[in-house]
Amino acid sequence: MSEHLYKYLRTETFPTPFCAGCGHGILMGVILRAIDELKLDFKKMVFVSGIGCGAWIPSPHFKTDTLHTLHGRPVAYATGVKKANPELKVVVISGDGDLAAIGGNHLIHAARRNVGLTVICANNSIYGMTGGQLSPTTPKNTKTMTTVMGNPEEAFDLCKLVKACGAKYVARYTVFHTKPLIKAIKTALNTDGFSFIDVVSPCPTQYGRRNQLPTLYDMYAFIKNRLVHFDALKKYKKEELAEKIIIGEYRDED
Amino acid sequence: MKTIVKSLLAPRKYFMQGNIACAEGALAAGCRYYAGYPITPSSEIMEHMSIRLPEVGGVFMQMEDEIASICSMIGASWAGAKVMTATSGPGFSLMLEGIGYAVMTETPCVIVDVQRAGPATGQATKPAQGDVMQARWGAHGDHRIIALSPWSVQEMYDLTIKAFNFSEKYRVPTILLADEVVAHLKESFVVKPEIEIYNRDKTLTETPFGTQEEDGVPPMPCFGQGAQLLVTGSTHNEYGIRKVADPDVQERLVTRLCKKIDNHKKDICLTERYFTDNAEYLFVAYGISARSSYAVVSELRESQINAGLLRYITIWPFDEETLKECALEAKVIFVPEMNQGQLVLEIMRILPHQKVIPIPKTRGEAIYPSDIIKVFRKYHE
Ligand SMILES: Cc1ncc(C[n+]2csc(CCOP(=O)(O)OP(=O)(O)O)c2C)c(N)n1
Ligand SMILES: [Mg+2]
Repeated sequence: MSEHLYKYLRTETFPTPFCAGCGHGILMGVILRAIDELKLDFKKMVFVSGIGCGAWIPSPHFKTDTLHTLHGRPVAYATGVKKANPELKVVVISGDGDLAAIGGNHLIHAARRNVGLTVICANNSIYGMTGGQLSPTTPKNTKTMTTVMGNPEEAFDLCKLVKACGAKYVARYTVFHTKPLIKAIKTALNTDGFSFIDVVSPCPTQYGRRNQLPTLYDMYAFIKNRLVHFDALKKYKKEELAEKIIIGEYRDED
Repeated sequence: MKTIVKSLLAPRKYFMQGNIACAEGALAAGCRYYAGYPITPSSEIMEHMSIRLPEVGGVFMQMEDEIASICSMIGASWAGAKVMTATSGPGFSLMLEGIGYAVMTETPCVIVDVQRAGPATGQATKPAQGDVMQARWGAHGDHRIIALSPWSVQEMYDLTIKAFNFSEKYRVPTILLADEVVAHLKESFVVKPEIEIYNRDKTLTETPFGTQEEDGVPPMPCFGQGAQLLVTGSTHNEYGIRKVADPDVQERLVTRLCKKIDNHKKDICLTERYFTDNAEYLFVAYGISARSSYAVVSELRESQINAGLLRYITIWPFDEETLKECALEAKVIFVPEMNQGQLVLEIMRILPHQKVIPIPKTRGEAIYPSDIIKVFRKYHE
């Protein structure tokens, strides 16, 4: 991580617990860059996370107030923080299982209420921390510890879901898109109301190795080959989009 | 920090429902954030808060469920507010993981459980005292909480204030364990001109999660104060740094979370005694059951029978010493409860050599003096 970001970090807690090839470290850096470029008052920011590898991005690394909560509940906690003190800038960073499975109800209701939160989903499409079980964002047919024959279920498009619930700003990028991702995070942090960013993050350890993608490079290629930009969606038939990762800002349909 | 403040309501006599008195008590104590989910027989608390909180500059949130309610109020507590939620059995069950989190992170918060007949959905509009053990042991892991049991509309007001005070002072979730009878009872109660309240110590500290003493309560700075708080429900050291494999840290933390309550029982345990000196027949009760017991004891005293009542206002932690004192001369100890016998287990444990008779009632109605007398007659020659 670039040294000018060290002021935001408890460097004494390094190294981070993330595995080789995990994208969560890149995401950590990208979030801090966005904050640094916006020159936000870090002391007035609160980072709320649930339970999972993604939830460890802010806690204990960020050198400001962090609230490491229960599995699935960070959005509910964050709602209380923001409502009780609207002066604070409240950011939720957590995993896909945390935000979309056990915490899905809180996510859609916070979007509906338009609470002034930025929610960043560290989406590795797997339960990383507990050893690689199915998540609601695991693509169909993927092998996981609880779907050894391949996932028979459809995955959530979290951006579509949250957008439909009324979120003011919604975007998705992968951790490999650092520049547009920083821009999206900055837009989210400047959004008056609920903003959501789904960040696709590789997990070679728990996702890749059961799907013939054991290295970061394999995962990178696997993710890259499935990208479709939101603005190009019209060029595709519905069936063609089944396996795709839609990136870009989710704008209102016209 | 203890302070005396003016009551919010003008000081005088009021005629109110218990649930409304509870909400007013919360406001008087300084509650400025309420999050809840409707459930009978507690909903009037929520409805009243929805009107009153904005009037006093507070925030009211109707959340998507009880899990969200308790979690959002814990967040609000760390943002510096005094917070409360109210529910009944089914919602209380959903809140248990959050209660454990509040214990572990030492977050002041008040939970009102207006008990109704269970298990499950049970009888939504009918009273019970079935959550006594759940309040004590419901959250997983070894822990302590404080639970208070009101027997009147006056106490729905007074004990709500006390619940806030204990919760702020000891940084522990405090449960007001009411029941449908006191919650829906309408009777007069008095609002005094001034009340004593306790506000948490928000001193900036590097160690908001530990003390030198093994039973201490550290100061609790809030978000935005510059304390760089590391709040976590995982095992942590005094700085808040997670230590999920260190046996010493786990032992020190759990011991302090328990001892900060156990070693302050003198302050926390509230009881009331009626004719307990030399009582041959001792009734031990709490909440609405104590009110019926009081009627029984008064009647027995009029007939020159040596009966007494020990009323538990604080149920958890349980005051063992007072029980032993009151039971010294007792030939029989009766424990009327609106459950199949919960607090009586504690009493039997503490008085293994005495005759302890449970008087259970689980008919979805209050335990009446006649229910108690009927059992008493079997033991009174
Ligand atoms: C109530 C509850 N259920 C289950 C767990 C176990 N658990 C911890 S993390 C986790 C899944 C984490 O997945 P995700 O949110 O995607 O984060 P990741 O580790 O993949 O970054 C689970 C199921 C828990 N801590 N609490
Ligand atoms: Mg995950």
